[in-house]
Amino acid sequence: MVRDPAKLHSPSVEAYEISDAPELKSEVMTLNVGPQHPSTHGVLRVVVDLSGEQILRLTPHIGYLHTGFEKNMEHRTYTQCITYTPRMDYLHSFAHDLAYALAVEKLVGAEVPPRAETIRVMLNELSRIASHLVFLGTGLLDFGALTPFFYAFREREAVLDLFEWVSGQRFHHNYIRIGGLKEDLPPEFLGEVKKFIAQMPYRIDEYEALFRESPIFYERARGVAVIPPDDAINLSLTGGSLRASGVDYDVRKAYPYSGYETYKFEVPVLYGGDVYDRMIIRILEMRESVKIIQQAVERLEAMGPGPIRDPNPQISLPPRHLLETSMEAVIYHFKLVTEGFHPALGEVYVPTESARGELGYYIISDGGSMPYRVKVRSPSFVNLQSLSFACKGVQMADMVVVIASLDPVMGDVDR
Amino acid sequence: MKGMQGLGVLLGVLALSPALAAETAVAEATDPLWMVGLKAFLVIFGLLTAFAYMTLVERRLLARIQIRQGPNRVGPTGLLQPLADAIKSIFKEDLVVAKADRVVFVLAPMISVTFAVLTFGLIPFGPKDAFFGYDPWVIDLDVGLLYVFAVSEIAIYGIFLAGWASNSKYSLLGSLRSSASMISYELALGISLLAPVLLVGSLNLRQIVEWQHQNGWLILYMLPAFAIFLLTSMAEAARTPFDLPEAEQELVGGYNTEYSSIKWALFQMAEYIHLITASALIPTLFLGGWRMPGFMEQIPVIGGIFSLPYLWMFVKIAFFLFFFIWVRGTLFRLRYDQLMVFSWGRLFPLALVWFLLSAGVVAFGLPLSLLAWLSLASLVGFLVYAAVTARPDPKAPSRLGNRGGVRV
Repeated sequence: MVRDPAKLHSPSVEAYEISDAPELKSEVMTLNVGPQHPSTHGVLRVVVDLSGEQILRLTPHIGYLHTGFEKNMEHRTYTQCITYTPRMDYLHSFAHDLAYALAVEKLVGAEVPPRAETIRVMLNELSRIASHLVFLGTGLLDFGALTPFFYAFREREAVLDLFEWVSGQRFHHNYIRIGGLKEDLPPEFLGEVKKFIAQMPYRIDEYEALFRESPIFYERARGVAVIPPDDAINLSLTGGSLRASGVDYDVRKAYPYSGYETYKFEVPVLYGGDVYDRMIIRILEMRESVKIIQQAVERLEAMGPGPIRDPNPQISLPPRHLLETSMEAVIYHFKLVTEGFHPALGEVYVPTESARGELGYYIISDGGSMPYRVKVRSPSFVNLQSLSFACKGVQMADMVVVIASLDPVMGDVDR
Repeated sequence: MKGMQGLGVLLGVLALSPALAAETAVAEATDPLWMVGLKAFLVIFGLLTAFAYMTLVERRLLARIQIRQGPNRVGPTGLLQPLADAIKSIFKEDLVVAKADRVVFVLAPMISVTFAVLTFGLIPFGPKDAFFGYDPWVIDLDVGLLYVFAVSEIAIYGIFLAGWASNSKYSLLGSLRSSASMISYELALGISLLAPVLLVGSLNLRQIVEWQHQNGWLILYMLPAFAIFLLTSMAEAARTPFDLPEAEQELVGGYNTEYSSIKWALFQMAEYIHLITASALIPTLFLGGWRMPGFMEQIPVIGGIFSLPYLWMFVKIAFFLFFFIWVRGTLFRLRYDQLMVFSWGRLFPLALVWFLLSAGVVAFGLPLSLLAWLSLASLVGFLVYAAVTARPDPKAPSRLGNRGGVRV
């Protein structure tokens, strides 16, 4: 079905059994859902053709949150662009920071110190947990359950507090710099992270108790909107939604970055391909993230203090105290602040694994201090194209659940 | 005009209803008319107040369940919140959608709330002459239960008409769901109550309470009927897990999408009054009504203290209201086809089998204790079933025949 795109987008209405009683006049109802709708997770607009409550065809319309970030980045230096990156995916914003920094670092050949890399991994996984918690809370809200939302947001609040502490911002923490980090972790930060991850497994048990054993949840989610593995691959589905369809692909394992290959963690894979498995796999991923954070904290404690930025003065700002003693440092500082650094001519793409799937920045450099073109391979945008496939034949009530299970973030879709 | 036809039918029913009521008027001495009027006023006033504070209680309780505070700013501990809400809903802009069927659109919330209010007057709150020398019920109908059903079913028309008159697709889907769920749970609801009525031999709510005083609470003999009635009451009040007509997530409020201001508040009012009525009806039918548990009457001092006429009724109502809020804070929403499968495939056969069993017991003059044993057996059976199916096997297919995900 997928291999014939024309069929995917315009199934003939006559093919469906609209009514069993031929003398009863019935017609297909076209319903517009969104862009202002409580359950489209932002400003997604979908147009559905309904026969009764069964969805015959679903067409997503995007662009209501178009911000022009990609275009704007062509007019900002590589460092300034970091302001834009977290604003695309405001739930797992650290992944965007990281993906962008990795691409630029590859472009300029910056070396990230191990301490900075470990901190990045730790924060990235914390951010992933926060993102999955929003997914879980709002996803279960779409099933009509009000309570899990508040429980999920309790722990998310704790993660956001950690980020506020480390970077000064809760959502758009511009904590990453090309070649490292803005500054080192605050003292006692690791202790708080340890406290958080010590209780997190029990909290995850709590979420599971809230929904996994509910027969109603089971009936609502099991077997709904199945995406078979071959279709998932053809639709370029990535992330948890792909792994719920039985395809074992995680960029952290397949193309490791930031030293992910040195951490011990599993990639959970489920085989149902339905809403149920797409909900459950996020729970399992949170458990793995806790393991990674655990290891990262242990390493940071063993590592002790160290540099957190590439010492190359052409990429990183010199330390503040050098500005008073070294003329060279002042010149580097001036050059970096006024025009930024100049990567060599070329183009680069580094895939990373965000909470939603494969995320990468494709950057073309013309040798100037600003990128010639930035294209984000954002997982929400690519995953959203499987929506019309997954929703075909499901009930209207399940549509919102399917949207939730694919976990799109509209900022990430429209960019 | 569609609207005028509906209005005509409605007025006809309303005009006939006093005549119908007169047919069944009881022979016993009744209260003077002014007293009935006063009590009717008290019931309506009490219900509206109860509705207002029910919203507050629900929000506070839900907040407790959801680890948050709930409304606590307006007045001491939020006690004036309902007042603020009422003022807000009255002064909001009252829109009538341009393409709506105006008459029906305005009429629908009225139908909904009027017929919701009408049933509560039948509920006895105490023994005869307990209300300052008058009877603590508004009217004592021999067809009590039938009347309750008839009236509360008309209230569904409010929802249905609202969805139809709004001329909005979301509302239409909401009202379709409402009708679909109604035809599925209504049958189980009715049949579940046939068994107790058969056993008691009367439809009169007061006589049902009296029977329970002499023979023990009906829940002891009619546990399955009680369970079915409890579930279907939730469906009738459109509460979680059966709140699909107004599913906020997919239908944006369903039948009341296009309603605003006081008209919207009237729908809320109707829903909560349904809930309060159900919470009063369940104890009346199954839990001894306004009387305290039989064994407590034997205890000398406590029996005297706790035999106040209204106390037990209020305690029981409060318990069921709490139960409904608790369920809302816990459960997911069913899909409408699942509700239909659940009602037709589970509740309806169960109600029918139970009705046949109790009919057999009554017909052959078997002792009541047999029904009690049967109730116990059904409870054990349910617990065993629940224990077996408590952890759904993640590999197993859906039990209710999930149609989602069909490759078409």
